[in-house]
Amino acid sequence: MRHGKYPFVVGFLAAPVTLYAVFVIAPYAQAFQISMTDWRGFSAPNYIGFENFRRLFHDHRFWQAIEHHGILLLALPLITIAIALFFAFLLNVGGRSRGGQRRGVWGSNFYRVVFFFPQVLAVAIVAVLFQTVYRPNSSGLINGVLMKLGLDPVLFLVRPSLALWSIIAVLVWQAVGFYVVLFSAGMSAIPPDIYEAAEMDGATRVTLFFRVTLPLLWDTLQVAWVYLGIAAFDAFAIVSVLSVDNGGPDGATTVLALEIYRNAFVYSKYGYASAMGVALFFLTLTFAALTLRLSRRESVEY
Amino acid sequence: MNPHTTTQVTAPAPSAGAAGGLAAGALPDGRRRRRGRSEVSVLTGLGQAALIIWAILVIAPILWTFLASFKNTTEIFSSPWTMPDHLRWENWSRAWTKAHVGRYFLNSVLVVSLSTFGTMLLGSMAAYVLARYRFWGNRFIYYMFVSGLAFPVFLALVPLFFVVRNLHLLDSYTGLVLVYIAYSLPFTIFFLAAFFKTLPSSVAEAGLIDGASHTRLFFQVMLPMAKPGLVSVAIFNVIGQWAQYQLPLVLLSNAKDKWVLTQGIADISVNAGYEADWSGLFAALTIAILPMIVVYAIFQRQIQSGLTSGAVK
Repeated sequence: MRHGKYPFVVGFLAAPVTLYAVFVIAPYAQAFQISMTDWRGFSAPNYIGFENFRRLFHDHRFWQAIEHHGILLLALPLITIAIALFFAFLLNVGGRSRGGQRRGVWGSNFYRVVFFFPQVLAVAIVAVLFQTVYRPNSSGLINGVLMKLGLDPVLFLVRPSLALWSIIAVLVWQAVGFYVVLFSAGMSAIPPDIYEAAEMDGATRVTLFFRVTLPLLWDTLQVAWVYLGIAAFDAFAIVSVLSVDNGGPDGATTVLALEIYRNAFVYSKYGYASAMGVALFFLTLTFAALTLRLSRRESVEY
Repeated sequence: MNPHTTTQVTAPAPSAGAAGGLAAGALPDGRRRRRGRSEVSVLTGLGQAALIIWAILVIAPILWTFLASFKNTTEIFSSPWTMPDHLRWENWSRAWTKAHVGRYFLNSVLVVSLSTFGTMLLGSMAAYVLARYRFWGNRFIYYMFVSGLAFPVFLALVPLFFVVRNLHLLDSYTGLVLVYIAYSLPFTIFFLAAFFKTLPSSVAEAGLIDGASHTRLFFQVMLPMAKPGLVSVAIFNVIGQWAQYQLPLVLLSNAKDKWVLTQGIADISVNAGYEADWSGLFAALTIAILPMIVVYAIFQRQIQSGLTSGAVK
């Protein structure tokens, strides 16, 4: 045993463990407890068992939010990964091979820098930016152009059937660059002689993509799916700032995080909001378990 | 990047280097080679078009916001895509002082610098001890931290509000900074513990034999050696904490003078509608975005690798 080890270990862990226990562990534990009460902040909470969860079951808004998470969970990763994979392939192996080395198309570095930029912007700022882009009159970027061309303005955020998709589009807009860079890193790790061998066998660009790049990138894709899944379960900042009427019109864009925030800090229904938090916790857990189960597959060694 | 690309794609005879010619010559016959070339040119053409369109999609809203920040309301409505008549800097000064963008900006800088510093200090201390020392409870504490990665912050939002309130830290910088640090610890410790494990132990042992204390060893030997990992995590934390919206919304709601940039801009966008000050909103947005562009342009290589290395490791 080295001299003075234990005082050192305790000294180094005291502050981080205390902070973490007070601000993270304790609230998580309390959330489960509060979800069983009718607490509204004035009087002492009464334990009401699973009453909050029973009410959740009949809450139209709650199911609306769940449905939106379902749509987000499918659309956001699928669209983002598809676009990002296509771009990453073009930027890394889409160009000509030269000296046996696969290269990206012309201007690859420029695209990588530009595409990534939205990732650095805060989501709330992006949401305000797209509020102006989507504005339903001639002052909006898109409708300003459409109306100049004599077309009717598109009511992006006002029309219930369009609102959620307008929001998904913004999330994709922001995310694509990150995954282009992520997939690029994965692709550059693939040894060039695999491509060379496949090309000698007469593989086309499309075959190369589906038979070489995609299987060798499986691990990175899994990471991307999990990250985008987590983003699909949050989506608070974007919906809260961008949507009309906080999750509207008429709940057409609401998400669980927003319902939790509204119930807790607008209506002071702390018990009910915590019950939603617990539901969100189990949904996240299910998602993680399902992802790990479904994506279990031999990763190709090279 | 490659000036020969276009000519090579259309011309069937390769004028590339010896190795390129060798690879092409190894193909069984000329027909297959030619088919391969035209396929390349079609795909490259379509691909280039898609890339250019996406680049425009990224740049256009930002450029448009920048231009609109110099216009007046009439210009914004009547000519969304023209240059401003003249540069109206008064929009910017109105946003900076009257709409308090300047204050929100400085608040964000203050909060993020304090909390990133705290996160890096406490996170690297904990990660170092957990990665390189064997003691009772080590694994338990490590998994306690790392499990925080899996839980949604929203589960804890309601109790967190009351914990902060009971500590009398609501509507204070201190409260927000401490909460930022606490919620940044899981990823920081997860990443740095893996990093500290890879550092050679011979250096640490030599230091101890020379009589350095454990603390001194950490600050003077191990931390400098871990610099690449620290930079990656620091970038990750700065960007994450700068973008934070929900925590300040809940924890600073009644202290408008302490609001951070994301909160402030979201609020300005609501008020701009009531006051019809659209040019002020565009100026505020530009002030919020411009520094990000500058910082990103300077550090884009580090930022890209910092953010993505967190995803794969």
